[in-house]
Amino acid sequence: MINSPFVRKPASVQSVMLQVLLALVPGIAAYAWFFGPGILVQIALATAAALAGEAAVLAIRGKPVALFLGDLSAIVTAWLIALTFPPIAPWWLTVTGTLLAIVIVKQLYGGLGQNPFNPAMAAFCLMIVAYPALMSQWPAAGQLDAGTQLELIFGGARQIDAITGATPLDALRTALRGAADPASTLHGLRAAQLMDGPAFGLIGGHGGEWVALGYLLGGLWLLQRRIITWHIPLAFCAALFAAAGLLWALKPEGFASPLFHLASGGAMLGAFFILTDPVSGATTARGKLLFAAGAAVLTYVIRVFGAYPDGIAFATLLMNICVPLIDMKTQAPVFGHKKD
Amino acid sequence: MLRKLFNFHGGVKPATHKEESTLSPIAPVPLPDRLVIPLHQSVGGHPRPLVQPGDRVFKGQRIGAADGSLSSAVHASTSGLVRDVVPAVMPHTSGLTTLSVIIEPDGDDRWGELERVNFRSTPPDELRDFLRDAGIVGLGGAVFPSHLKLKPGKEGALQTLVINGAECEPFITCDDMLMRERAGDMLKGIIAMRHMLQAREVLIGIEDNKPQAIAAVQAAIAASGETGIEAVAIPTRYPAGGAKQLIRVLTGIEVPHGRRSTDFGVQCFNVGTAYSIFEALERGRPLISRIVTVAGNVDAPRNYEVLIGTPMDHVVRLAGARAGTDRYIMGGPMMGARMPAFDVPVVKATNCILVGSPALFPPPPPEMPCIRCGECAKACPADLAPFEMYWHSRAKNFGKAQEYHLFDCIECGCCSFVCPSHIPLVDYFRFSKSEIWAREREKEAADTARDRFEFKNFRQEREKQEKAEKLAAKAAATREKVGADGSAAGAAAASSGTAPAKPSGDDAKRALIEAAMEKARQQKAQVQPKNTDAATPAVQAEIAAIEARRQVSATHPTDAPPDRPPSSGA
Repeated sequence: MINSPFVRKPASVQSVMLQVLLALVPGIAAYAWFFGPGILVQIALATAAALAGEAAVLAIRGKPVALFLGDLSAIVTAWLIALTFPPIAPWWLTVTGTLLAIVIVKQLYGGLGQNPFNPAMAAFCLMIVAYPALMSQWPAAGQLDAGTQLELIFGGARQIDAITGATPLDALRTALRGAADPASTLHGLRAAQLMDGPAFGLIGGHGGEWVALGYLLGGLWLLQRRIITWHIPLAFCAALFAAAGLLWALKPEGFASPLFHLASGGAMLGAFFILTDPVSGATTARGKLLFAAGAAVLTYVIRVFGAYPDGIAFATLLMNICVPLIDMKTQAPVFGHKKD
Repeated sequence: MLRKLFNFHGGVKPATHKEESTLSPIAPVPLPDRLVIPLHQSVGGHPRPLVQPGDRVFKGQRIGAADGSLSSAVHASTSGLVRDVVPAVMPHTSGLTTLSVIIEPDGDDRWGELERVNFRSTPPDELRDFLRDAGIVGLGGAVFPSHLKLKPGKEGALQTLVINGAECEPFITCDDMLMRERAGDMLKGIIAMRHMLQAREVLIGIEDNKPQAIAAVQAAIAASGETGIEAVAIPTRYPAGGAKQLIRVLTGIEVPHGRRSTDFGVQCFNVGTAYSIFEALERGRPLISRIVTVAGNVDAPRNYEVLIGTPMDHVVRLAGARAGTDRYIMGGPMMGARMPAFDVPVVKATNCILVGSPALFPPPPPEMPCIRCGECAKACPADLAPFEMYWHSRAKNFGKAQEYHLFDCIECGCCSFVCPSHIPLVDYFRFSKSEIWAREREKEAADTARDRFEFKNFRQEREKQEKAEKLAAKAAATREKVGADGSAAGAAAASSGTAPAKPSGDDAKRALIEAAMEKARQQKAQVQPKNTDAATPAVQAEIAAIEARRQVSATHPTDAPPDRPPSSGA
């Protein structure tokens, strides 16, 4: 029996996910342009693994496989995994990570809409804990040609340290710690001087800042399409800017500028695509602000004082845990119960 | 002058489909072969039937009397013969039946005597009774008896009377056409309502997609010369025509769930109700017909003036139902109800017969899991979080659903309309509400049963105790009496020479038995006619006076004054 309403807006989970995928395209294009085609291979690997893993579990659970594969949510997870893993990660690392995300973090919790944790970020955390070295090898922009990248992804032996460096975030942290240490050869260098090096671009990492710009453009398009609301991106960027700005203002020679933090690593991806995952994120307006600001502060703390190349993934998971509480405590007053 | 308007949260903009049915004027409907008039057509009590099978009725004759205050009368829509008073399928999705009067029209369409009322010279209470007996109920769809709403609040006067001409549901245009064609008469009804409510200002809210209606109402206001009445164009956004939303838009006041709007100095009526009040007061005609939009899968969508009780398919035939028609929906596509049959009658709540087909209203795509995207919360005009209520409703965690203000939901359908997972959210909320009501009823019934049982136990216990006390008191009194008699007997015995013995236990018992037997003898004696029974009235009166004196002296022994003297206050 079908009851009112008898009309519906032409909206679907599929179209929501499709628009998210489209919004990622500018960022991916910049990524491939600056860092080589390895990222495209990773996206293909992750997509295939995600679809295969999702289909298998759906079949076991007795769910309509075509319907749920068609919602494209697994592909969004796959792309986020590919974009957060190093582009030269060996194929099995990407595939294992993706399968963990889809099978364990998403499907074992009940599938679409039921996972308390962001699957892509959970996969990132699992893999960086299990394979810290492989997950920390990032090529600099234009450093590796397509053939080398493919060889690294599919080949066996890796003479990795010779050809890759750390991420700009990592490099800066190591250098700044060195600079603060009187015994180091880097002693006396300032953050601003460090950033004149070849790994750095105008405000962020060389090349990476353009990828971040691509994510920003895609994210703004999602905002305009009303797929996401302004709360999470704005609160995340503002809080990250504030946290970085505070320490930078206190000690400019010891900390990177807030703009560098916004343009580096996964900040833009996190602000517009990762934290905005509705399933694992906060849902109320005030809750979203809290959730994103908390994630930003945690990200900054992990980036500056932690040991991992970027803090977005751990920050996201930590804030995911807080979501039920945040949502419960930030319910807006309903009609007729507002205080004027 | 531009009035400051307020905004309400959320809302949606479905395709309006209003143009099609406003191309031709309101048309009359030929008499059907049979009218089925349900007696219960308003919120509240079920009216009692006033006619029997075989009765002849006039047009406008009352056939159902209001049952109590929260109820409204029902009338014959045309003259004819009452064929039957039986339960018939009502225009409700459930397909349940309700007691209805079946009238076979005689074709004369003859009115009975019509009583007009001057609202300015009639006391308010009488006016309200008159409107109740004229069957005036809210025609916006809620069919709440209007006479109950026509009371100014505690202050005796109202700030704002809001007249609802927003008509935000797609397809429906009955209010639009009413305002275009009968604005002057509608305004007279509004003036009467304003008088009854002592309202300082009247705001007629009309969505700005009805420019002709706005112009017609403004012209009527200008022609009437009344001041303090304004037709206000409001932005077109569903559900702007919800009473609470409209009050919010026009006055900025939010009336919370469970509160009366008069407590906030506002009352809201539909434009159709205003017109029917005009008909009742100035023409003496009770509510026997209403304007109904026929739209959807028909050749010529149009508005008709339809007699209450006309079978829906009789009206739809005039508009020409197209092939593929699979359902009638009473109301609009957002909140309307699917009818259980094509021949259910038009009732006071029928603002629209929406003819549906699978092509026009395709079944929704398969339901997907909720992804908590929050679209529903963005669309909710009551500022609720539907996805949270859905989560708890689905888990039958009704307490939690209520914590998220389930009962503030007005079931407008915006959340279901926007949901990308195609979840029938409103259905979940209707289900939860009815489950909660059912449980409350059950609990109430259980509470009543338990109270009754506990009271029965208490009563039995009390009676037992009272009986025991009475017996004990009686026994004590008798014992005392026997004791006194015993001492007298003892004295007598002493005089006769036998040793006086203190009554032992056995003697006491024997004395009790004897006393009881004596009492029984006396009772027997009382049953026999007294010698005074045959006395003359004068003698009897004398005896009665003596008896009364004796009674008084018995209740007030001479040594204890009946009232405490004032001097003994200390």
